[in-house]
Amino acid sequence: MPDATGLELIAQELGDAVLDTVFFRGRGTLNVEPTRIAAVLEHLRERGYSFMASLHGVDHYPEEPRLGVVYELLDMQRVDRITVKLRLHSAAPEIDSVTNAWPTADHQEREVYDMFGVVFGGHPDLRRILMPEDYEGHPQRRDFPVGGEPVIFTFNEGQSRGMPQ
Amino acid sequence: MEIKREPVNLRVRDLNSRQLLRGSEVLGPNPSSHLEGSDFERHVEESVLTTTLDKAVAWARSNSFFPATFGLACCAIEMMSIVAARVDVARFGFEAFRASPRQADLLILSGRVSIKMAPIVRRIYDQMLEPKWAISMGACCSSMGVFNNYALVPADKFMPIDVHVPGCPPRPEALMHGVLKLRKMVQEDPDMGWRERYDARGTEEVLPGA
Amino acid sequence: MSPTEQPTLSEYRRREQSITLSPLQEQLEEQETSEELLTLNFGPHHPATHGVLRLLVTLQGEVVREIKPIIGYVHTGIEKTAEDKSYWKVIPVVERMDYLSYYFNAYAYCGAVETLLEVEVPKRAQYLRVIHMELNRIMSHLVWLGTSALDLGAISMFWYCFREREKILDLFEMSSGQRMHTRYFQVGGVIEDIPGGFAEKLSGFLDEMPSRVDQYGALLNSNEIVLQRLRGTCPLDAETLLSLGVTGPLLRAAGNPWDLRKADPYCSYEDFDFKIPVGTVGDNYDRYACRLAEMYESVKIVKQALEGLPEGPHITENRKVALPPRHELATSMEALIHHFKLVTEGFRVPPGEVYFPIESPRGELGCFVRSDGSSKPARVHMRDPSFVNLQSFSHMAKGAYIADPIATLAMLDPILGGIDR
Repeated sequence: MPDATGLELIAQELGDAVLDTVFFRGRGTLNVEPTRIAAVLEHLRERGYSFMASLHGVDHYPEEPRLGVVYELLDMQRVDRITVKLRLHSAAPEIDSVTNAWPTADHQEREVYDMFGVVFGGHPDLRRILMPEDYEGHPQRRDFPVGGEPVIFTFNEGQSRGMPQ
Repeated sequence: MEIKREPVNLRVRDLNSRQLLRGSEVLGPNPSSHLEGSDFERHVEESVLTTTLDKAVAWARSNSFFPATFGLACCAIEMMSIVAARVDVARFGFEAFRASPRQADLLILSGRVSIKMAPIVRRIYDQMLEPKWAISMGACCSSMGVFNNYALVPADKFMPIDVHVPGCPPRPEALMHGVLKLRKMVQEDPDMGWRERYDARGTEEVLPGA
Repeated sequence: MSPTEQPTLSEYRRREQSITLSPLQEQLEEQETSEELLTLNFGPHHPATHGVLRLLVTLQGEVVREIKPIIGYVHTGIEKTAEDKSYWKVIPVVERMDYLSYYFNAYAYCGAVETLLEVEVPKRAQYLRVIHMELNRIMSHLVWLGTSALDLGAISMFWYCFREREKILDLFEMSSGQRMHTRYFQVGGVIEDIPGGFAEKLSGFLDEMPSRVDQYGALLNSNEIVLQRLRGTCPLDAETLLSLGVTGPLLRAAGNPWDLRKADPYCSYEDFDFKIPVGTVGDNYDRYACRLAEMYESVKIVKQALEGLPEGPHITENRKVALPPRHELATSMEALIHHFKLVTEGFRVPPGEVYFPIESPRGELGCFVRSDGSSKPARVHMRDPSFVNLQSFSHMAKGAYIADPIATLAMLDPILGGIDR
């Protein structure tokens, strides 16, 4: 992990793309401007962080901007990890896809789209990946209900159970 | 409860059935070697295996289930364990797991059924030919299991299930017990004589003839 | 059928000899060789897809031009369910994700929560965790070997591998009471110390395991069919694999020795002496050989961990995180209060976000936990290795005959529970 000073140096190089830096439990995080994400990732790739370990979403409901996308980068030569985070408003959850430069982002961006509703512009094939294609709603958002079926015991046996057998 | 038995009739057992059936010309004029009336009936009952066609067919069906390979999630690994050597399902004749639903008659639904998978399970079940049975293995398909949420469907909601095997995942021995229970259900003896042993008539969970 | 040569042939023979394929050949040459592509649907119910994976295979003749995997058929909403439960109740939920490597799922999550809580895990608990994790690695590779050999047609391997797997499951049952999804790892350590007799049974198992792996090698390594199906089929170089985010035995088979246990040791892995098997070409045979060799190395690690098992507590002494031992409940009031708080509400975790990566049998398994200060996590995301590794499948299978992607899928070792979560 870059230590706190290394993190600040990287943030200085990136300039105004970085909104904030956080150094928490030994790991460095950059909070960046959503429109500049591709450039930030390219710069970090030149600095050595050439492996994208993970791309996932977070929902910060109820605070706006609500939808977060987290990019975990890894430098295999120096065994260093750095996290890049950005936040999007739920009213306008669009961002550029990084799949062209980082092919590993393909399925992972589809999953973020499916679960949170973040639209990745320029993605080769943005469809739902885990839910059925015609599903409505984005399940991982915090205001989506957990759902579930009532478990049928003897006392509520008479309730409708879907298909007649 | 006492089971009444008639005392053993040695005379009946001594006589060769061929002699009986051939009739008096072969035996000669000695009348003591003939069996009359109820003795004759008892001899036939004891020496000839009589059955109805239904029972014979049920016996054959129950001893040769062809399970369909339908492993969905973690329970599938324990289903593979019953095919393995420790709890050997081949002892009972069920080791022929068929990949094609047309050739299978038992669907062991092992694992969690998501909403994307449910119509496919139903389609596979419909493709199976009658008579067919389904075992819902594990907690996730029987009820909702560990995950009571938007993504899963209990199997009862879209297909008829004969035996539910609880567990998460059920031990191979538990699944074996479930399969054997289904076997006994097919042979129309669902409780395997336990109701008599434990004096529990009236607590049946399976309606006979259903 | 007269043996003598007849100068004049019968009508039948003359007609037989006059048949030629020339009109048909002319017909074929007249046609253009068209690029007729056939799209085939593979699964989700298929014996060779290792779970409910659906593949759309585009074939030109028998050559694969494109493979598109469609997943989601066992999506369980694990991450959503985890947000609804207190921190220690999430452990059984998250264990069922990648259902062959349950200890790894549990450890990734527990490690993330321990990082957030800044809780120290005692040395004995770390060694016990390593023992169970490496046994799980061996067990996962055994199931992989059994089912892959089944796909290739070497059906008897299945029984041999499952024979060893039953022994490992007996050990798990001894330590935790359950064969699979044991809920043994808790935040702060392990739930219970190993019982008496565990060490003897484990060392008995470890003594015979290397010879068993030799047997598997003897059965498959020089088998003509296995060699023809695995050698040289569907290779992929390390560069492409890295850009696709692939880690684990797939990457090591291509020549890159990246293993988190050595590169960034966690949980006392730095105390143990073991090697990382690395392949050269990156074809299916290298992937198979890497995993087989990893079984030997895991046996070594467990042996060292068992011999060096230190004395001490099996879970952290911090009563705000771990349940107090039951004998204390009779005498100490604070223990009773801690027990009550932990069981009803659970411990509270200070707000923050952390990503905790470990090396699972399939690659880098990472757990991202976001906490908002309450007793339930606000987001649990598991970065599953199979999910990312599956993206490389179409790159591997392009241009191969249809039988090779089947072998490649077997060597890829996808676990659909982890892919779909």
